[in-house]
Amino acid sequence: MVDVLEALARGLGIGSVYALLALGFVIIYKATRVISFAQPAFMLAGVVIVTFLAKSIGFWAALAGAAALTAVLALGVERVAVRPMIGKPAFAVAIITLGVDVVIRVVVNAFIGLDVRQVDDPWGLRIVSVAGVNIQQRHIAMFVAAAIVVTLLFVFFQYTRMGLAMRAASFDQETALAQGVSVGAVFALSWAMAGALAAIGGTFAAAGTDVDGAFWVVALTALPVIILGGLDSLPGAVIGGLTVGVLQELAAQYQNHAPWLGGNVSIITPYVVMLIVLLVRPYGLFGTREVERV
Amino acid sequence: MTARSATAGRPLLYTSYASDMALLNTRAKQVGVLVVLLLAAGLPFVLLDPDLQLVATACVAAIGAIGLGLVTGYAGQVSLGHAFFLGIGAYTAAAISGDPDGRTIGLGVTNMLVWLPAAGLVAGLAGVLVAPLATRLRGLYLAIVTLGLVFIGAHIFNEWSALTGGAGVGRSTARLEVFGYRIDQTGVYFTRDQKLYWLMLGLLVVFAVAARNLARSKVGRAFTAIRDRDIAAGVIGVNLAKYKTIAFALSSFYAGCAGALLYTVSGYVEPGTFNLLLSVQYIAMVLIGGAGTISGAIAGAFFITLLPRLTRELPALLPFISGEASKVPNVFQVETILYGSLIIIFLIFEPRGLYGIWVRLRNYWKAWPFSY
Repeated sequence: MVDVLEALARGLGIGSVYALLALGFVIIYKATRVISFAQPAFMLAGVVIVTFLAKSIGFWAALAGAAALTAVLALGVERVAVRPMIGKPAFAVAIITLGVDVVIRVVVNAFIGLDVRQVDDPWGLRIVSVAGVNIQQRHIAMFVAAAIVVTLLFVFFQYTRMGLAMRAASFDQETALAQGVSVGAVFALSWAMAGALAAIGGTFAAAGTDVDGAFWVVALTALPVIILGGLDSLPGAVIGGLTVGVLQELAAQYQNHAPWLGGNVSIITPYVVMLIVLLVRPYGLFGTREVERV
Repeated sequence: MTARSATAGRPLLYTSYASDMALLNTRAKQVGVLVVLLLAAGLPFVLLDPDLQLVATACVAAIGAIGLGLVTGYAGQVSLGHAFFLGIGAYTAAAISGDPDGRTIGLGVTNMLVWLPAAGLVAGLAGVLVAPLATRLRGLYLAIVTLGLVFIGAHIFNEWSALTGGAGVGRSTARLEVFGYRIDQTGVYFTRDQKLYWLMLGLLVVFAVAARNLARSKVGRAFTAIRDRDIAAGVIGVNLAKYKTIAFALSSFYAGCAGALLYTVSGYVEPGTFNLLLSVQYIAMVLIGGAGTISGAIAGAFFITLLPRLTRELPALLPFISGEASKVPNVFQVETILYGSLIIIFLIFEPRGLYGIWVRLRNYWKAWPFSY
């Protein structure tokens, strides 16, 4: 029983990170109807910025700085590579972001070099014991961070003018434009928010572990998450993230019972879950069903 | 007056449907293709063996790119899972032709006429298994699902070490042999690489003509109808599920054959090869070459495969770029950045790819000196 609870705690922690990363994908998708494959690169860029800044200005200041810098990077990418493609097929824009991802990651990897880097987070691998269940502090931090960010996002979308503008633009771009919403600004802000979310999510994912050239793969786990939750659903991203995190940790906990699956089966659990869900519900758990029949 | 003389001097006048739909419907195309084929066949007498190996690899990559072009370029179904099908082909071929007493699974049937179709069929079967997803999903959902395939495939390849030799170790590939005649050994008259190149070139021609013929048949027209507007295609009577399944099966068949051949040039395959970057490379081939054309896919495959050969020359020209992987910046980084930026540049400025550039050049000179 303790095993299950500990795996659950780990899963909720990791899942919170997935939720943060997935929120970035969903915000961009809602605004521009495009999946940005550049999110892994933004995440890696944010994390590497933190590893460079944390030594001198501390973890929290570095986190804020990295979020801001990554947002600026995302803004630049949106302006240079994505804005010229407005009106083109979503597939073409998605492939462009794939190209952006490859380019940024190579540049960032050059800063990582051959050694591994740390984000110098305050938690490391320390644990707290709650009623005999050992929980790592970093997983609590991930969960709390995600809760705060999700609350902020909720307030932003629900109670601010810009949030209302973004909801309007995602509902119908032309009508929003006719009402005086600057759709261009919505696009830019969506990308900036996604960049910042990627940096924050990535930094928490890197807490207590090493950052190397292969770290970007973490962000790809957000893809099954958004498919699971539905591409255009913010609550879906959060619930999907937590679900995938928990399932992944449970798979890691009990994979010894199925040795024929091979080691590290938890890495592919999200993708298997995604395939199964898609066969039953093609638009995810909370996604908007497109009414089209042939 | 016969049809022949009526069309003489008027290359775009067709007097029958058959001549309009012909494989090479103009004299310029007939002559052009013949010249290109003759030049390609003569290449082994000009190039050195290492370069010849690279061109042979490009020929095989072109087979794979044509396959991806069928499903993504013609049928419009975005697939990021091409690496998975390449891997299935590579390991099927290696397993069938492998040494029965060796470290990894092997059946000992070394005849290429057995393992090559088998590799294609097994990969094609995998494509059919994936197709139900494709028939239910569209656009970006499909892209992400096929991306998931690459990860699941990479896991299987890494863990099933009896078949693949295990991560970081790898195994030897299928043996190029037809009824006991070894293509992969230097003979009395020709070297290994010369024979290898001719084989790959011949196979490329066969696969390309087959794909081109398919594209101008009923199936090909159904593909393009689905690509342009799937609902409209369904309304005019195209069976979407059937043709999407066919598209995936064919694409995977091509990928399987390409995968089986691709690593025979180096003779060795490592399971880590079949990752997302490989899929991205094939997407780049199709997009840079020109989606929805066979010649574009071939051009793109040659471009992407020969690109490393060109960047290897960079350190001599630009001394700040290093040829060693341990230094920054090095040619490998430049190469990857080039893949990425070329995809972006082509999609923004010339979405029809190299094929589009060729069309523009051709149209310019067609009307010259009145080309404005």
